[in-house]
Amino acid sequence: MLLIDCPWCGPRDDAEFHYGGEAHTLRPADPSALSDEEFAEYLFLQQNPRGLHLERWCHSDGCRRWFNMVRDTATNRILEIYPMGELPRSRAGLAAWRDNWRRNSAAELNARNRGG
Amino acid sequence: MRLPMSNRKRGDDIFGSRRYSLFSLARNAVAGHRNWTPAWRSPEPAEEYDVIVVGGGGHGLATAYYLASLHGVRRIAVLEKSWIGGGNTGRNTTIIRSNYLWDESAAIYEHAMKLWEGLSQELNFNLMFSQRGVLTLAHSEHELREMRRRVEAIRLNGIDSDVLTPDEIRRLVPIMDTSPNLRYPVMGGFIQRRGGTARHDAVAWGYARAADARGVDIIQNCAVTGFRIDQGTVRGVETTRGPIRASKVACVVAGHAGVLAELAGFRLPVTSRPLQALVSEPIKPILDVVIMSNAVHMYVSQSDKGEMVLGAGADSYNSYTQRGSMTVIEGMLAAAVELFPCLSRLSMLRSWGGIVDTCPDASPIISRTPVRNLYFNCGWGTGGFKATPGSGHVFADLVARDEPNAIAAPFSLDRFVGGYLIDEHGAAGVAH
Repeated sequence: MLLIDCPWCGPRDDAEFHYGGEAHTLRPADPSALSDEEFAEYLFLQQNPRGLHLERWCHSDGCRRWFNMVRDTATNRILEIYPMGELPRSRAGLAAWRDNWRRNSAAELNARNRGG
Repeated sequence: MRLPMSNRKRGDDIFGSRRYSLFSLARNAVAGHRNWTPAWRSPEPAEEYDVIVVGGGGHGLATAYYLASLHGVRRIAVLEKSWIGGGNTGRNTTIIRSNYLWDESAAIYEHAMKLWEGLSQELNFNLMFSQRGVLTLAHSEHELREMRRRVEAIRLNGIDSDVLTPDEIRRLVPIMDTSPNLRYPVMGGFIQRRGGTARHDAVAWGYARAADARGVDIIQNCAVTGFRIDQGTVRGVETTRGPIRASKVACVVAGHAGVLAELAGFRLPVTSRPLQALVSEPIKPILDVVIMSNAVHMYVSQSDKGEMVLGAGADSYNSYTQRGSMTVIEGMLAAAVELFPCLSRLSMLRSWGGIVDTCPDASPIISRTPVRNLYFNCGWGTGGFKATPGSGHVFADLVARDEPNAIAAPFSLDRFVGGYLIDEHGAAGVAH
């Protein structure tokens, strides 16, 4: 049971929310440039840490707006809630984003190079 | 393909005077039950083993047992971070069936079913295996049509399954509301009569005792904290009780497979989420078949103690906390009470959660890994208990020969690169 502090509606029961999975995943701009291994990594590997997890949520039974969240999967403690399209502000949350293997994955490098 | 199911011969009794029988029960009763000996030893870890099995659940203990009994591996240790059978082996709803859609799944679950059918005798341990039948309900015309198709696929694999009409279901389960007035009325169903339940703790204990009798060291309260890897080959493990060398390491750690893989330097396509179940106070026998419903999402059976055992769904978000959201329980109980109005006044005694590792295609991983001589058996998702004997049997074979047999081969890790997925999402039982 999570008590999620929606940025627009305040603290609500997790029953009102929809989980949107891992945050900050970039789709490769040119998927055919990736090898089968690299594309499988993009497609099938999800962040599954025992610790800080950066994830998306939607207040689907409320304001229907999306936001990002940093949660500790070992304790379910919510560290931080921050807007879509931005990076975590807390030091721990930002480190979890920066130290993630995806930052150096072929899919993400491909997305960033094409996107400029 | 035929695999050796057991190499036990007549008169080949590994338990000696410790064999459980009516005679041993009577003898110990006369002695006031003071002379029972522990069912397995608690040895100190040795410095080196031929095979270390990480994880002392049903699958891990079965792996160790078959390595010792079928493959003649002599020095085996099972390392368990807490007590054996304390993870998902002791947290599931004990349902056993093999009515899967795809050939690959049918092969491994039916392999397990055939082993279950002789397992109590082989292990000399009463697993309370009860083939009471597993009935899956259909609540719409479309679901029923899909079910008929699935039953034909299951039968083509030589597995028993029958479609039942609402009338037949009414006679089989008189306490269920089969009236057409329900929001989701029972339109039919299909039953696997060889399916049923077994006592989950006994499965861990039975395998542990039989493995121990063959010389396997079962080491509890010993968590693996790292791997010793030298030039791409595993050489042993670091544990909370010191380093242990090994020629081969086999990991069977439901719920924490991803964490362990990361220690070994690679990633697995698994997501870990809490799955919940609950039991009621014990009541007189009212239900002698396992009932599952995919559409309204609930499954229920009655244990031999009389408790109603109810399975809820998995939470959508990943977590390692072994506790899920109340909404999941509420949704399942609402469905259960709608189908079984007589359960509405029943008190629930306990609820709990287990962490399930789910793969993108909802099928398990039984595989070699990027590290030589390191093997993983994981990703059984929400339905690993029923596979316990088959999983241990084929995994032991993979570890011993370093080559997957025909049953295990489709479940290797490289299917995610090659694209040969075994999509069992919602194709069997209940969707999670």
